[in-house]
Amino acid sequence: MEFLVASAIAVMTAAGVYLLLRLRTFPVVLGLGLLTYAVNVFLFATGRLVVHAPAVIGAAGGTYADPLPQALVLTAIVISFGMTAVIVVMALRAWFECGSDQIDLHEGGDAPLRERE
Amino acid sequence: MSLALIVMLPFLGAVLPALMIRAGRNACAIATGSVTLLAFALLLTHVPAVLRGEVIQAGWTWLPGLGLNVNFFLDGLGLLFAGLILGIGLLIIAYARFYLAKEDPMGTFYTFLLLFQGAMVGIVLSDNILLLLIFWELTSLSSFLLIGYWRHLPEGRQGARMALAVTGAGGLAMIAGMLMLGGIVGSYDLTVILRERELIQASPLYLPALVLILVGCFAKSAQFPFHFWLPHAMAAPTPVSAYLHSATMVKAGIFLMARMWPVLAGTEAWFYLVATTGLVTMVLGAGIALFKDDLKGLLAFSTVSHLGLVTLLLGFGTPMAAVVAVFHIINHASFKAALFMCAGIVDHEAGTRDVRRLGGLAALMPITATLVTVGAASMAGVPLLNGFLSKEMMLEEAVHTTWAGQGWIVPLAVTAGAAFSVAYSFRYIVHVFFGRRRDDYPRTPHDPPAGMWLPPAVLIVPVVAIGLFPETFAGDLVRASAAAVTGGVLPEFQLALWHGFTVALALSVIALAGGFALLARYRAVRRLWQAGPHPEAKAMFEAVLAATVAASRRVMHGLHNGSLGRYLAVTLVAALALGLAAFQAGGHEAGLRDSLPAPAAAVVAWLLLVGACGLAVVLHRQRVLALLAAGVVGLIVSVGFVYLSAPDLALTQISVEVATVILILLALYFLPKESPRESGRGRKLRDAALAVGAGLGMGGLAWAAMTRDAATLSGYYLDNAVSGGGGTNVVNVILVDFRGFDTFGEIIVLGVAALAIYALLDGAVRGAVGRKLAAWTPDEPHSADRHPMIMVVATRVMLPLALMVGAYIFLRGHNQPGGGFIAGLVVAIALIMQYMASGFGWAAQRMRVDYHAMIGAGVLIAAATGIAAMVMGYPFLTSAFDHFHLPLIGEFELASALAFDVGVFLTVVGAVMLALANLSRLGRKTGVAPVNEAPMDVDPLARRQAAARPAASGASARHDQPAPAPTAAREG
Repeated sequence: MEFLVASAIAVMTAAGVYLLLRLRTFPVVLGLGLLTYAVNVFLFATGRLVVHAPAVIGAAGGTYADPLPQALVLTAIVISFGMTAVIVVMALRAWFECGSDQIDLHEGGDAPLRERE
Repeated sequence: MSLALIVMLPFLGAVLPALMIRAGRNACAIATGSVTLLAFALLLTHVPAVLRGEVIQAGWTWLPGLGLNVNFFLDGLGLLFAGLILGIGLLIIAYARFYLAKEDPMGTFYTFLLLFQGAMVGIVLSDNILLLLIFWELTSLSSFLLIGYWRHLPEGRQGARMALAVTGAGGLAMIAGMLMLGGIVGSYDLTVILRERELIQASPLYLPALVLILVGCFAKSAQFPFHFWLPHAMAAPTPVSAYLHSATMVKAGIFLMARMWPVLAGTEAWFYLVATTGLVTMVLGAGIALFKDDLKGLLAFSTVSHLGLVTLLLGFGTPMAAVVAVFHIINHASFKAALFMCAGIVDHEAGTRDVRRLGGLAALMPITATLVTVGAASMAGVPLLNGFLSKEMMLEEAVHTTWAGQGWIVPLAVTAGAAFSVAYSFRYIVHVFFGRRRDDYPRTPHDPPAGMWLPPAVLIVPVVAIGLFPETFAGDLVRASAAAVTGGVLPEFQLALWHGFTVALALSVIALAGGFALLARYRAVRRLWQAGPHPEAKAMFEAVLAATVAASRRVMHGLHNGSLGRYLAVTLVAALALGLAAFQAGGHEAGLRDSLPAPAAAVVAWLLLVGACGLAVVLHRQRVLALLAAGVVGLIVSVGFVYLSAPDLALTQISVEVATVILILLALYFLPKESPRESGRGRKLRDAALAVGAGLGMGGLAWAAMTRDAATLSGYYLDNAVSGGGGTNVVNVILVDFRGFDTFGEIIVLGVAALAIYALLDGAVRGAVGRKLAAWTPDEPHSADRHPMIMVVATRVMLPLALMVGAYIFLRGHNQPGGGFIAGLVVAIALIMQYMASGFGWAAQRMRVDYHAMIGAGVLIAAATGIAAMVMGYPFLTSAFDHFHLPLIGEFELASALAFDVGVFLTVVGAVMLALANLSRLGRKTGVAPVNEAPMDVDPLARRQAAARPAASGASARHDQPAPAPTAAREG
């Protein structure tokens, strides 16, 4: 089981990173989403894997899954939803503004700040 | 406590001038003056105790872990400087009232001045070197504002920038030096540090700390080679020059050298660094001052020279030299501030302060001429005035000093400096006030109103009084502050006018004669000077600055060229390199923890996940398919959470998944549906290599972690969840109770994200973008029926059920999987389904809730729960719970954490709805008319008739609905 989880993390990370390095906003958003899954699962896995022992007192015998990583990951999921929403909307607004969804500025697109004096 | 008040008063009072300026310039000046007067009066109440030799302390601990305490202490040295700062400050405030022109914003000026004053008083009264450093930086910042006060003058702005760059850089060096000093002693309290002379001087860090602190002091006090900023700071209004650049800020470096004298002085390194710098500065400054035509430039270099003199005396390292240094600080502050103010008067009344255009003013401005004559004579060291006394005592000390084994160097140099000093002082008197009267002054000169000449006159009083009766007027103060400098040991001395025929007297006479000779042959001397080289400090400074800016710009543009892809690649490569380095440094043995068996279902799920990831990568150019593949990954992750004992995570993940997919689909309505083929083979290979590296690293790390046992904090939470938090679902108890403060922060972040989305989208429907949006046409065919009937009916039937599920999940959350986050997501999805099925207008008309207010209410409720605990006397967000019995329902439990969870719930619903509803609103702003106006208003008869009609004019064939008067308006 541990191997399955670890390799799933590896595959999700690799897919996420590859998409993150594409040149358009949409794959970057998707890649970030996949990377989020990977990181969340990774954080969750640091609590070690336990089956049939949710951290609800009295539900199972004496052993419980580690609740702390779960609490951290729960908020991480919600926050990453917020983050995804912000970047999706930023991508949308950028598309409206300049009619392009490229993530890189064009040549000469970032003229150096002119000397202020 | 009143000590802290003395420091605080100018800061607190700094708002007054900005407010009082509405009541007029006099009211503004009086308000400012009363603040300073009050602080000065408070200081005076401590004078008797300090003169008796007591040290007054006050303060409180601030950040004890860092050794940062708000401690103040007042001894003789602090009293002297605080008195100078507040006393001269009072005179400057009066003077500035008459100096500033009508169009100068006076309120701003006084506010800056009070901020500066507070920072200066803070420096001299601090008993903690970290606190002192804070005030030190504050003086740099506030003096920047004051020097650049006339922001329309380029010289003012450039001078301010130069002063800030030089003193600020010195301040950075000083921070390092002070931290070393604190590290040696183990305390940042000055009173402790000052007792540890042997410890500090024996430390190997003594020399670096000394050099760094001295760099800070020299930069602040305009000592060679940092002296060049002071003349350029003269672009400031004259009250600022008189205050900052004669009496206070430039003396901060001197103050600190005097303050640190007991522990830093007395070594060879101190002598050669400090005394040599002082000597060079003194002679160089005096020499340049003689050839400055701008009166303020002359005074600026004279100040540089006199500060050099004090530095030289402190550098000698003998107690008697320290006494003379303190005495000269008093004398210099009195005559130099008066002379600066008089230069301002000349400038103000004659219209210029260029010596070459002045002369013969004595008859026109008799009062000013008298004040200048006395002040400048004191500066020159003419007997019967205070400048003579300290200068002669300095010569006496110089005579007994050998430099590198040579007894003649120091006396010769100081006598030369003194001669220059005599020459420029009398040049100020003679070339401005005497000689031929001219008829081409820019303005008709006359004496100013009393408000302008009284402040310098007040300062000239001690010049004469101390000059005649030094022991009576200055003896006690000099003894008290010199004792503070030397740490208590003082030699026997008498301040007296006549010391008999000594070598010092002879040198004084030589200096006077030499000075007069120089002035008499001024033209010849000046030609000689002009033949020599004149390195222009400003040009050099600007060149260094430009080179630094160009270099950092090259670096910045190399790294930051606008390519997000490159930043991401660089970040990833750096992370991989760090990970690889850490991996190679650690051990590589396999973990020994037993693995769980993998059932067949898990293998199937794994295959699905890997396949979906692969599809997302391969199909990423077809965006809808890629999104579906990513959604599959999310679903399998939530199934995995269920299996691995994390029901809360599974619920959260699955509801977030739904919300995310809806969100991205809404965005994809506008975005292109396909990505073009852009990356070449090389780029793909590079990215694949990075991806594989990152995947191997993460997977390997996860594998290593999961196959090892680890200690965890969670035992505490498991043990105390029921007894301390009143809930059996430990994850939820951690969220709303143990780590409630984190959750509180996170709902705020979520709310802020939703507001950012609102701002981004709201801006998109206006202006140029709004017009683009209105002209937008969809790139995909539309369905003929915008509100499919089955979906409308299903979502409406489902709504009460979904809300019930939300309420259930919310209520059971404390004891069973569930809680505010999950309930909020479920309810938000149920609501957004109504928008999707029945249209924005229909839903918005019925959802009469302001989502902004909902986010705000959520955060406020969560905060109120926390504050309620504080009201009860517990720390923020301490929860309380109790069991109640209700008939029929039975035993149940109510926890205050439930109220907190209500806040979480409301924020989540508000945030998700604000984001999604505004995204779906965009569609209505496009030029595309709706297929049908209201939900469920498809009229087959009307459609048939429309189809039968020949090519409809105007409206396009796709939205030709003559729908029978819909009840719902287009937008609520």
